[in-house]
Amino acid sequence: MSVVMRGPDIGRSIARMAHAITESNGGVDGLCIVGIHTGGVAVAKLLSVLIGRIEGVSVPYGEIDITLYRDDLYTGLEKPVLGETRLPFDLTGRTLVLVDDVLFTGRTVRACLDEIMDYGRPSKVQLAVLVDRGHRELPIAADFIGRSIITEKSDKVDVFINLKAPSDSWVSVNGEGVA
Amino acid sequence: MKRKDMLGLRGVSRSEIEEILDTAERFKAISKRKIKKVPTLRGRTVITLFYENSTRTKVSFDLAAKRLSADGVGISASTSSVKKGETLMDTARNLNAMQPDVVVMRHPCAGAPHMLAENFPFSVINAGDGINEHPTQALLDMLTIRQKLGGIEGKTVAIVGDVYHSRVARSNIYGLVTMGARVLLAGPGTMCRKEMEELGVEVRHTIDDVLEDADVLMMLRIQRERLGPGMLSSSREYSQLYGLNMERLKRAKEQVLVMHPGPINRGVELDTEVADHQQSAILEQVTNGVAVRMALLFLLLGGEGGNDDNIA
Repeated sequence: MSVVMRGPDIGRSIARMAHAITESNGGVDGLCIVGIHTGGVAVAKLLSVLIGRIEGVSVPYGEIDITLYRDDLYTGLEKPVLGETRLPFDLTGRTLVLVDDVLFTGRTVRACLDEIMDYGRPSKVQLAVLVDRGHRELPIAADFIGRSIITEKSDKVDVFINLKAPSDSWVSVNGEGVA
Repeated sequence: MKRKDMLGLRGVSRSEIEEILDTAERFKAISKRKIKKVPTLRGRTVITLFYENSTRTKVSFDLAAKRLSADGVGISASTSSVKKGETLMDTARNLNAMQPDVVVMRHPCAGAPHMLAENFPFSVINAGDGINEHPTQALLDMLTIRQKLGGIEGKTVAIVGDVYHSRVARSNIYGLVTMGARVLLAGPGTMCRKEMEELGVEVRHTIDDVLEDADVLMMLRIQRERLGPGMLSSSREYSQLYGLNMERLKRAKEQVLVMHPGPINRGVELDTEVADHQQSAILEQVTNGVAVRMALLFLLLGGEGGNDDNIA
């Protein structure tokens, strides 16, 4: 198996999620979009642009890097490379939509929630993911899902979003990064 | 970074120094948050073992450990069993029996941290060993230069004063030369010897000989506690030949960066107006110190290349 979503599919999914987010929150009042480094950033950027277009106002946008909050830093699996957390607004009282490309074990989201609480106290946190591939290890669920796909735990799911040419984007399972 | 210890900048590669500085840049943001703490080193133990006095370095390491959620314990020789005649190796054996992950050490003898690093499984960070090295100070200095001047390569850094007794100068020379800076030294002949040119620097004489070339003026304190007899004639004469005052600052480059590792002896190597001048980055250096030490603790303990013996 290889490519499971291509640019146009991804575009439709993200557009549907944008509508669902504004619908379920009754607009964008107090809403902010936060992409999780590194994969969630591109999805979050597309989402915030689309939501801005739908509602006619721009939504506060931030990024979060969870390296320092991970639970597997000492397992020797990979070298930690620190990204930058940029939350240029006060989180307190806001509805925060966390965005990631793939939801898998749920551990990234757990780390993310901990980090957010160190920055402020949002009134609500929601989770939007482009792909839910199952195999959760923690009791975490997404509020907005682009597509659910069935995978083996050992499968490798890759997401590539080309912000300059969105039609070149793809989601693959066990692919070698095909275009 | 694949290291168990940080003992000095001699032999540390350019890419490793860049990795430490880039990581430190990220950690600076944490100290600006309302909640200045991340859970990264939760449950890790950091011991600071200081056989010499310190204000900045010790507080800086303590805060770095705390802001990473590590547990820190501090020991200073003056209040420990060292006073009862315990040897350094015995002290270290006893500390090791309590499973620390990192020992941060300052000692009057060059090489003391190296001895612990060779003989014990915990990571050792050198916080100053005699006249040898003080790598974290040089790293925070380089971070400050990078932030203020946009880079290190090609910049001219003048280190002025008691270079011979300065572990800060030695670490900075190793680091700055590795990073591609041009390093000039100036100081009294007894404290700044021509032989130091072997390290890839240029030795000149008084502060006036380096003043106009320097992008950075790194001023050093006279290490009175390490001076031999006859090495310094008088503070007044020293100040006239090697001290930085307003008149000299005006002759230096307009954007020159004035640095000092502290503690400052006001009126000797730095005049009060210069120390508090807007060109002075002295307090910025202190702020960067916490970030650099956080970065080092994180890189020595976190992820690949960490101290695996102690993970289990």
